[in-house]
Amino acid sequence: MTYIAKPRLHHPSLVANKVGYTRRDYEGKVSTLCAGCGHDSISAAIVQACWQLDIEPHKVAKLSGIGCSSKTPDYFLGASHGFNTVHGRMPSVLTGASLANRELLYLGVSGDGDSASIGLGQFAHAIRRGVRMVYIVENNGVYGLTKGQFSATADRGSTAKKGAVNHDAPIDLVGMALLMGATYVARGFSGDKGQLVPLIEGAIRHGGAAVIDVVSPCVTFNNHAGSTKSFDYVREHNEAVSRIDFIDLARELKASPEPDEVIRVPQPDGTMMRLRKLHADYDPTDRRSAMNHVQALQAAGEIPTGLLYVEAEATDLHAALNTTRLPLNRLGEDALCPGPEVLERLNSALR
Amino acid sequence: MRPTDVSDPDYYHRVVDCQWACPAHTPVPEYIRLIAQGRFDDAYMVNWVSNVFPGVLGRTCDRPCEPACRRGRVEEENLAKPEPVAICRLKRVTADYKSDELRAMIPRPAAPNGKRVACVGAGPASLTVARDLALQGYAVTVFDGEKKAGGFIRTQIPRFRLPDSVIDEEIGFIIGLGVDFRAGTRIDSMKSLLAEDWDAVFVGSGAPRGRDLVLEGRQEAAADIHIGIDWLASVSFGHVTSVKKRVIVLGGGNTAMDCCRSARRLGADDVKVIVRSGFEEMKASPWEKEDAQHEGIPIINYHVPRAFLHDNGRLVGMSFQIVRAVYDDKGRRSLVPTGEPDAIFDCDEVLIAVGQENAFPWIEPDAGIAFDKWGLPELDARTLQTTIPRVFFGGDAAFGPKNIITAVAHGHEAAVSIDRFLHGEDVTQRPPAHVNLASQKMGIHEWSYDNAPSNDARHKVPWAKAEAALASIKVEVELGFDLKAAFQEAQRCLNCDVQTVFNPKLCIECDSCVDICPTDCITFTEDGEEEDLRGRLNAPSPNQEQALLVGGPLKTARVMIKDEDVCLHCGLCAERCPTGAWDMQKFLLVTAKAGPTCRDRKQGALA
Repeated sequence: MTYIAKPRLHHPSLVANKVGYTRRDYEGKVSTLCAGCGHDSISAAIVQACWQLDIEPHKVAKLSGIGCSSKTPDYFLGASHGFNTVHGRMPSVLTGASLANRELLYLGVSGDGDSASIGLGQFAHAIRRGVRMVYIVENNGVYGLTKGQFSATADRGSTAKKGAVNHDAPIDLVGMALLMGATYVARGFSGDKGQLVPLIEGAIRHGGAAVIDVVSPCVTFNNHAGSTKSFDYVREHNEAVSRIDFIDLARELKASPEPDEVIRVPQPDGTMMRLRKLHADYDPTDRRSAMNHVQALQAAGEIPTGLLYVEAEATDLHAALNTTRLPLNRLGEDALCPGPEVLERLNSALR
Repeated sequence: MRPTDVSDPDYYHRVVDCQWACPAHTPVPEYIRLIAQGRFDDAYMVNWVSNVFPGVLGRTCDRPCEPACRRGRVEEENLAKPEPVAICRLKRVTADYKSDELRAMIPRPAAPNGKRVACVGAGPASLTVARDLALQGYAVTVFDGEKKAGGFIRTQIPRFRLPDSVIDEEIGFIIGLGVDFRAGTRIDSMKSLLAEDWDAVFVGSGAPRGRDLVLEGRQEAAADIHIGIDWLASVSFGHVTSVKKRVIVLGGGNTAMDCCRSARRLGADDVKVIVRSGFEEMKASPWEKEDAQHEGIPIINYHVPRAFLHDNGRLVGMSFQIVRAVYDDKGRRSLVPTGEPDAIFDCDEVLIAVGQENAFPWIEPDAGIAFDKWGLPELDARTLQTTIPRVFFGGDAAFGPKNIITAVAHGHEAAVSIDRFLHGEDVTQRPPAHVNLASQKMGIHEWSYDNAPSNDARHKVPWAKAEAALASIKVEVELGFDLKAAFQEAQRCLNCDVQTVFNPKLCIECDSCVDICPTDCITFTEDGEEEDLRGRLNAPSPNQEQALLVGGPLKTARVMIKDEDVCLHCGLCAERCPTGAWDMQKFLLVTAKAGPTCRDRKQGALA
């Protein structure tokens, strides 16, 4: 953490995006996390992505549970809506908010404790319902706020700061997200913004449930030799399977023919995502192939990162439930209270 | 790029833009912090050691520090018109608010060492030599033709900018060290001075001759035409107490600005400054031009003087050719007549302030001192030694007219030369500055300096009311900061001397410093050549004057690049760093001064 607020003075070259904000306008309050925390880098990556995508801060809702990770929404997008919910219950609150107002961008920020332990059920069900959201798990493998016990994502055989060995099998949130039907599954690393920012941008543009597992070293309790979530370990075992870059459709038509390993994924907003495969025998648009590939890499001790799976024509909960196209707060009284005849019709349909 | 060699004393010195720009290398942020702490005596002494005349310079300095100030590059609103910290006026604050305790802080001279040094002229260069050497036990005698010491400070700067009392006090500190001041003793012969067996002679006699303008009518109307610097001196000593109603001042330098503002106060109600060049190219400091215009004095540019118009010897006006500036493809300017008819301005008196020339009529050609074709002594630029080894020059006498702070810097260098020379040491060997870096960390999130930058805009110095100021030449126009404004202005200083020191061995590349840096100074990237690196930093880096701090290679074989240009020295990189790879360390530069520390043999015997 830092003692003083970040000064307002900025680099003279700072520019505004299409909606009139500079990158600094997307920042929040000053972080109270430990100095060097990976979570702060993820916050900075979210700031960067939102600025680059010209997102209006008031059209974003940040939701989180409990934990170091869940404190972070206070440290970015200070002008957005926020809801710091109950431990592990962020996905339910997010689902409800999304049903009430489908026009906001929902950023669910959670950690390995919040999503893989107390909130594992919520995590799974929000995904399988296909809630349109960007679900970011800031995964450091320990409970930082309670002095560094192993969390459910700690790898078997990895050691705690004082030497204790973890005997439990880890929960693989990427594997779970793939199993539960997430339509955008990625893994990033807080120490590599070049990869993380495009992953977040892709998730924001995605039309369904997007999950990003971000390995985020805890410098205080989990950055030692023997940890599998330390800066050094992740850097050594990081195996990127793909690289994203965005191009818009108009320019794509004129672009020169792409080499084979590039996959074009149309985005809901009409732009095109270009996914550069880094592994030849790997198809990130095929769920089973992605699961196999990720499992194989993990079995070999690598940490697969990048966009692991994406379904271009994803749909979401609103489509499945055929909900109203307008957010509830914009419906008029006649739509919300259609009168006794409509109620009668509804009741008789249920008899 | 090669990792930055921070053991080079110049590296961090350059980061302290103000100190680097100051000819005397005054530790500016150090004294500004002391002001903010209310330690005015200590702040005054920091100045006194470096620039000898804090009260005088706090009113009159050419302030090369201010255009250099980093604050002017980082403020949100002022990219078009930079607003640096009011460094000069804060210097005045140290003089205004110092206490009586200060006298006890001035060091005592060392025991007499038996060496006699003569200084010719009692201006800032000579007085600096006198102070530096008197403290080391030298018997210094200062000669001046005037009744009071000060030279340029006393004669050329009008009293409404610099009261006599300020000069008297600061010169008093120097004379009080046992310096023998011979008032009213003009040195007329270098040969007879040299015959008096001085161990060393320092010439700090200034550039005392104002350039004349020989035009038609100059002879006939001579009674109403004056050389600016001579006229200012006469005003200063009370020989001139009035001017006629309509005055034209010729020239565009600071002397012209002093002439026009003085004339305004001596009774002229129509004063004009008329200058050959364009307004922007005038030599006067921008703030001096502003001050003149503020007092209702028009500055008319692109007018070349043609003739003095007179009526039987009584000046009635001047004619000017109107020109425009034309630049050739190499950017050289020439003034080309526009073809318009000559402009005629009525006037009763003219002050010529078109430059100064050096003149040494008292140095005999066969005295042994060689002069170059411009009439300036042949000197070694660093040692200031002439072709007679025991004779040294400094101030305007050395390289032509500059300013007070440059004269002070010359004085320090000449004193070092004289000290080494009289100890039998090679004067061309210049002692390096002493550099110290000390961590400012006090606690986990606490630094020994106020690291949160202030967002205040530059505070204005209050002025005396115009009626009162214009009514008398003796009323000081600027009133100086009050304590509240002084504190607030001091807080605008970014503490650029508290350096960001990077240790690549401790860095774990967590990106925390990159994320928190308010000015996006820090980048972790693949190594490359400087030009290539400058092109791919997190924020553009167009200011090539400012260095890149390069640390590495790191574990990932990348390097850390920090662009020093717009760093706020807020210390957030170091606060966010989990391993202490960043630290905020105060850079203190102690330039070599005359005395044992500037000599090779610290206890060496006199030669």
